[in-house]
Amino acid sequence: MTISIPSFHLSSIGPWLTLSVAAILILLLDAFSRGKKGLYPILSLLALAVAAWQTYSLWGKVGVDFSRMVYLDNFAFYFYLIIILGAALTVLISPQYLEEFGRNLGEYYALLLFATVGMMLMAASAHLIMLFLGLEIMSIAVYVLAGLFREDPKSNEAAMKYLVLGAFSSGFLLFGMAMLYGAAGGTLYLNELATKLGSMAALTKPLTLLGLALIIVGFGFKVASVPFHMWTPDVYEGAPTNVTAFMAVGVKAAAFAAFARVMFVAFPAFVMQWNMLLWVLAVATMTLGNVVAIAQTNIKRMLAYSSIAHAGYLLVGLIAANQLGAVSLLYYLLAYTLMNIGAFAVVILVARKKDSYLNIYDYAGLGFSQPGLAAVMSIFMFALAGMPPTAGFVGKFYIFSAAVQAGYIWLAILGVMNSLVSVYYYLRITVIMYMRPAEAELGPIPYNYGLTTAMVLTAVAVLAIGIFPGFFYDMAVTSVKIFPGLTG
Amino acid sequence: MQLPILSVLVFLPLVGIVPLLFMDQKKDKVMKGYTLAVSLVEFLVSLRLWFDFNDAIPTMQFVERYNWLPQYGISYFVGVDGFSLLLIMLTTFITPICVVATWEDVQYRVKEFMICLLALMAGMIGVFVALDLFLFYVFWEVMLIPMYLLIGVWGNPARRVYAAIKFFLYTMFGSLLMLVAILVLYFHYGKVTGTYTFDLLKMYGLTLPFHMQFWMFLAFGLAFAIKVPMFPFHTWLPDAHTEAPTVGSVILAAVLLKMGTYGFLRFNMPLFPQAAYYFVPLFSILAIIGIVYGALVSMVQKDLKRLVAFSSVSHLGFVMLGLFSYTMQGVQGGIIQMINHGLSTGALFLIVGCIYERRHTRMIADFGGLSAVMPVFATIFMIVTLSSIGLPGLNGFVGEFLILVGTFKVSPVYAAIGATGVIFAACYMLWMFQRVMFMEVTNEKNKNLKDLSLREIALFVPILVFIVWIGVYPSTFLDKTKATTAHFISMMEKAKGVQVTLSQVFKGEAK
Repeated sequence: MTISIPSFHLSSIGPWLTLSVAAILILLLDAFSRGKKGLYPILSLLALAVAAWQTYSLWGKVGVDFSRMVYLDNFAFYFYLIIILGAALTVLISPQYLEEFGRNLGEYYALLLFATVGMMLMAASAHLIMLFLGLEIMSIAVYVLAGLFREDPKSNEAAMKYLVLGAFSSGFLLFGMAMLYGAAGGTLYLNELATKLGSMAALTKPLTLLGLALIIVGFGFKVASVPFHMWTPDVYEGAPTNVTAFMAVGVKAAAFAAFARVMFVAFPAFVMQWNMLLWVLAVATMTLGNVVAIAQTNIKRMLAYSSIAHAGYLLVGLIAANQLGAVSLLYYLLAYTLMNIGAFAVVILVARKKDSYLNIYDYAGLGFSQPGLAAVMSIFMFALAGMPPTAGFVGKFYIFSAAVQAGYIWLAILGVMNSLVSVYYYLRITVIMYMRPAEAELGPIPYNYGLTTAMVLTAVAVLAIGIFPGFFYDMAVTSVKIFPGLTG
Repeated sequence: MQLPILSVLVFLPLVGIVPLLFMDQKKDKVMKGYTLAVSLVEFLVSLRLWFDFNDAIPTMQFVERYNWLPQYGISYFVGVDGFSLLLIMLTTFITPICVVATWEDVQYRVKEFMICLLALMAGMIGVFVALDLFLFYVFWEVMLIPMYLLIGVWGNPARRVYAAIKFFLYTMFGSLLMLVAILVLYFHYGKVTGTYTFDLLKMYGLTLPFHMQFWMFLAFGLAFAIKVPMFPFHTWLPDAHTEAPTVGSVILAAVLLKMGTYGFLRFNMPLFPQAAYYFVPLFSILAIIGIVYGALVSMVQKDLKRLVAFSSVSHLGFVMLGLFSYTMQGVQGGIIQMINHGLSTGALFLIVGCIYERRHTRMIADFGGLSAVMPVFATIFMIVTLSSIGLPGLNGFVGEFLILVGTFKVSPVYAAIGATGVIFAACYMLWMFQRVMFMEVTNEKNKNLKDLSLREIALFVPILVFIVWIGVYPSTFLDKTKATTAHFISMMEKAKGVQVTLSQVFKGEAK
């Protein structure tokens, strides 16, 4: 009897290894040499930079590795870059903020890196079990991160809520996978699922559809889509602001990466069905997110609802199920990462002293007392609202183009009307900053290198890729070539 | 190499913002002077455009085209023809005047004010020169932000925020639907011809099936009708005008409203000509309602600025009526009337600004007998009032006369009802003038008002020159638009005479 060891190349998962090793190193350092806190963020950034470089050298490769468990393709790599970017920006905005709360711990950075690895795993998984592993690696780390401020009841509540509901949704996802396993006659490879589910449709269609629905529930939870969004506002509000930023961009990007890949690769034969389902979800998500955001006075809650609304826009890109739709997904997530983390960086700066100033009216008068900060915040708000010449506009433009191209004109109309609603609450931030006198003296803003760098970088990038979107558009186009089923 | 004059016009104000950023916040006069210099240079550049413009060419001139996002068929594509030339000139002409008008008026946050003004200028020029639908949309939206800030930050404390948001959301509502329509058009064009492009001139060449034209005309039309504003989409206008600072109102009236009428002329009509004919009755009737309604509402206003704002609804109704006649006179008259309205309503807002600066009230009832106290002011006010009414010899007459002639050719009934607007205009303007300027000085505070300063007179002189010039010798301006208009009409004529019913449109059968 011979045992064949499947061949694999460690370089295929280089970025994961780098980040995992760095995370373990940080944990060890933390255990043996307490007190060198300044080192952790630098180490994390370094690891992320190396991972980005590794991703860059992988760029263009196509194939599978590790017994066909891992995809090597630009679609995954593009998401690697988005996720790494999100994680790096999160690291930049973290140290000072955590220091204020006395929680600038090694664990934080280690967990952040582990979560990043989980996210990348999700983006690259070629097998549903791999996907689930990635999801759990990411989720468990994020559950802990949400409860990082353990003396703070709100942070505790956030962690608890996220954990319970998250576990619940994982159950759905797993259950859905089990059904697909049965329906496909015993495989969980995405590409095999497609052929098997298609060819056995006559026999197992009901089971497949049930599995599909359950999987959508599971992903719907992670991307914060209505009606699985209930956790979002509370968790976003309660979690430390830097973690909220990370959740809003990283978790969403990873979940959409996996979501899109599963839908495009495994369910091309059922595109009618999942499209119909997601159409309803997308409209509900956009509408609820935007309408409820209007009523918020806590900036973190407002951004939470805005993040729900953005999940709705992204679903539109998914529904279009054409090449442009996939491209718009990639581009929009990149833009969203930049503008959202930027906005959260401003939130951290304005909030100060243990998050004392989180009400939107605390921004009154900021426009003239802190012109730079207010200008940057305005850029993010206009970008989130989808005003040109920002990346947010170009992203929305792509998304709605994709919908129109696929013939979903009503969906596009509902989408743009939703962004009209969203203009109202984003605009309100600028109204408060520029058109209301300050109620109380704001006091000095504690600028520091990390936050300032993150803010300036994201603001410049939001404008730059808004005015010259060509480079990332082309990159996204080459990334989605791997989905031959996508037309247009 | 020829000077890329249009790009200079678009980007000069933007580049001009940069030094402003580094100027000392306290040196108001320096910043105002600097902005004046930038806007004057811009005006000089645009004069070059005016003189180099070839009247005989009906199509686009000074065309520049650079790839922007070629993968998507998006390019930086600009050009001017007779329609846009006059509006560009109006923009560059009115902006320096606006800067001078801020001299005493704006004391709060001067730096930011000037930045907004320059950004707005770039956006406005951009809208008028863009020939790529994507580029146009970008300028169209970008321009909203500075105007929104002008109203919201420097407006009247009581209701400025409300007015600013209302302005923003109303305009955005229309333009977002237009965005979807642009996308539908883009993909349709791509599917039919095989090339995906946002190039407006190429799209002119494609005839869409009628049911598509129908919906697209409505989607584009809504965006522009809100901007014009046509009845019943005008409700944002009185608020925005009333709450905006003087300069904001002037720019809003003089240039921003013209973007709506310009949009009809540049996009709606040539892109969807059959639908454009189909909708003549609807839009003409809305225009006439606007004329009469705007005039009647003006008559009962107590606030000077609101009165002028509602008179805009009336005047813009004339423009729309003229454009929808698709006759040489009607369209040319419409364009001239756009300029006229920009000059006379702009001047009226400046006049209101002058007395508001002195008395801090705009209520008609607070005034009376000012002509005795401020004779120079009274003279200027009188000329502008008469120009707004349409007195022969002044500019308003030329525009309204041409429009009515053009409309009469198509439908005497529309022309007859429209003409009543001229009478109403005389009523509300003269009555207002009488109450403000004539009779006894009843209010003590009005007895010692200062007459216009030299700076203020300097504001009005250039406007008055053009008010008379257009009134006496309109050919200078009509000649510029003649070739383009003739070309436009001949293009429109081809689409005439389509017979369809609504049920065919809804079933998608109308080809």
